[in-house]
Amino acid sequence: MTKLYINIGKYCLLLVNVFTKPEKGKIYRKLIIQEIDKIGLQSLGIVGLLSLFMGAVVTLQTAANIDSGWIPRWTIGFTTRQTMILEFSSTIVCLILSGKVGGNISSEIGTMRITEQIDAMDIMGINSASYLILPKIIAAMFIFPFLVIISMFLGIGAGALVGTSSGVISLTDYEYGLQYYFELFQVSYTLIKTVVFAFIITSVSAYHGYYTHGGPREVGESSTRAVVYSMVLILISNYVLTQLLLL
Amino acid sequence: MIEVKNISKAFNGNVVLKNVSVEFYPGKVNFIIGRSGSGKSVLTKCIVGLMEVDQGEIIFDNRNFTKLDRWDRKDIRQEMGMLFQGSALFSSLTVEENVMFPLQMFSKMSKSEMLDRTNFCLKRVNLEGKNKLYPSETSGGMQKRIGIARAIAMNPKYLFCDEPNSGLDPQTAIVIDNLIKEITYEYGSTTVVVSHDMNSVIEIGDHINFINQGELWWRGDKREILHSDNEELSKFVFPSHFMQEIRENLKG
Repeated sequence: MTKLYINIGKYCLLLVNVFTKPEKGKIYRKLIIQEIDKIGLQSLGIVGLLSLFMGAVVTLQTAANIDSGWIPRWTIGFTTRQTMILEFSSTIVCLILSGKVGGNISSEIGTMRITEQIDAMDIMGINSASYLILPKIIAAMFIFPFLVIISMFLGIGAGALVGTSSGVISLTDYEYGLQYYFELFQVSYTLIKTVVFAFIITSVSAYHGYYTHGGPREVGESSTRAVVYSMVLILISNYVLTQLLLL
Repeated sequence: MIEVKNISKAFNGNVVLKNVSVEFYPGKVNFIIGRSGSGKSVLTKCIVGLMEVDQGEIIFDNRNFTKLDRWDRKDIRQEMGMLFQGSALFSSLTVEENVMFPLQMFSKMSKSEMLDRTNFCLKRVNLEGKNKLYPSETSGGMQKRIGIARAIAMNPKYLFCDEPNSGLDPQTAIVIDNLIKEITYEYGSTTVVVSHDMNSVIEIGDHINFINQGELWWRGDKREILHSDNEELSKFVFPSHFMQEIRENLKG
């Protein structure tokens, strides 16, 4: 338990360092753009692929499970929309990204730590925590909502394509289901969650990388810890935010 | 001048430095030598501020580094250059970007001025035209030279070199040693070299400090080291029977 408190304390102190005034804003802007490309645009492929198949599978599974004549077919479109918007595009996509992006951040910073690159920055007088971590946090909090929106469109689109081409639902019914009792706040809710998840993924992963000691083996262990802790925190915060925002 | 006054450092009760006091002089190559685990790297890390001392003071030209907070230390840090044992080059940046990095962060130079300064530093370490290579595309000796170029980019008043010759062949090691010596005399910087390479010590050492079991055991110059009666120092400098025979001959 003491170790947990120590880790929370170290994490908070690291965040204080991260959010101090940057040395040169111009350099940070350049770094943020680089990180948007690395963290966001280079994740488009995996996010797109997952969303397409999940949207298609949700549509087919809903259709397969509706065997009562009392349940209208448009429920398929409604279920696909709700699944994609409320949970899949934010929570599941961010869980996947915690593996891809979080692991990458932790191993990158961890390797810099064990090869003394971070020490080199500190000796120069650079706030290494801010230089290395702040651009990643800002980039992720900015680009993840776009990834999630793309995921929603792809998933719902794939559902329409698969549903109509396999004949389980007509396009009219699917569209009706998509529009049925649509609340815009649900999109806001999912985007708020995404921004929180983006912060968790980048800051927790960076924390584990930044405090890596030892050699390559420890870098691997830090990456694993970064992914596991990020996932656990995403799940907990998902519950808390849902309770706070939806109920 | 760097003055280290009575510093001590312990890790989980294990005392690594015991009341060490030592001075490093400007325009001289000051060595810290000692066996592996003797505390010399910890001493250097304390001096550059990568570790906090438990007690004692470190004074850079009448500025008490230990009493300054992180923000006030920045001014002194910008006067430091450091060559790391593993070079610590930024692997994602080219040679040019590595050398230019401190200039970009702290100087008010224009881009062309920074480029001129970078090219000057690279020329100084005989690496002209290697600007666009990545560290992974260079040899160990080249990486050390890039490290030196980066360390001197900001005209440092204090130059620290941690095991500058580790992993290098003897000829390349001499090249790096001479470079450190030339730069020290040229810039008048206070250079501190941590090493257990006696060739380097004899080749370029002006002032030598021998650390043993976390304490300053001996200090002097390279001529005195050969004739010292300090038993621990003699064991370190002349470790083999062959070397001891040479020492006896020297004495004779």
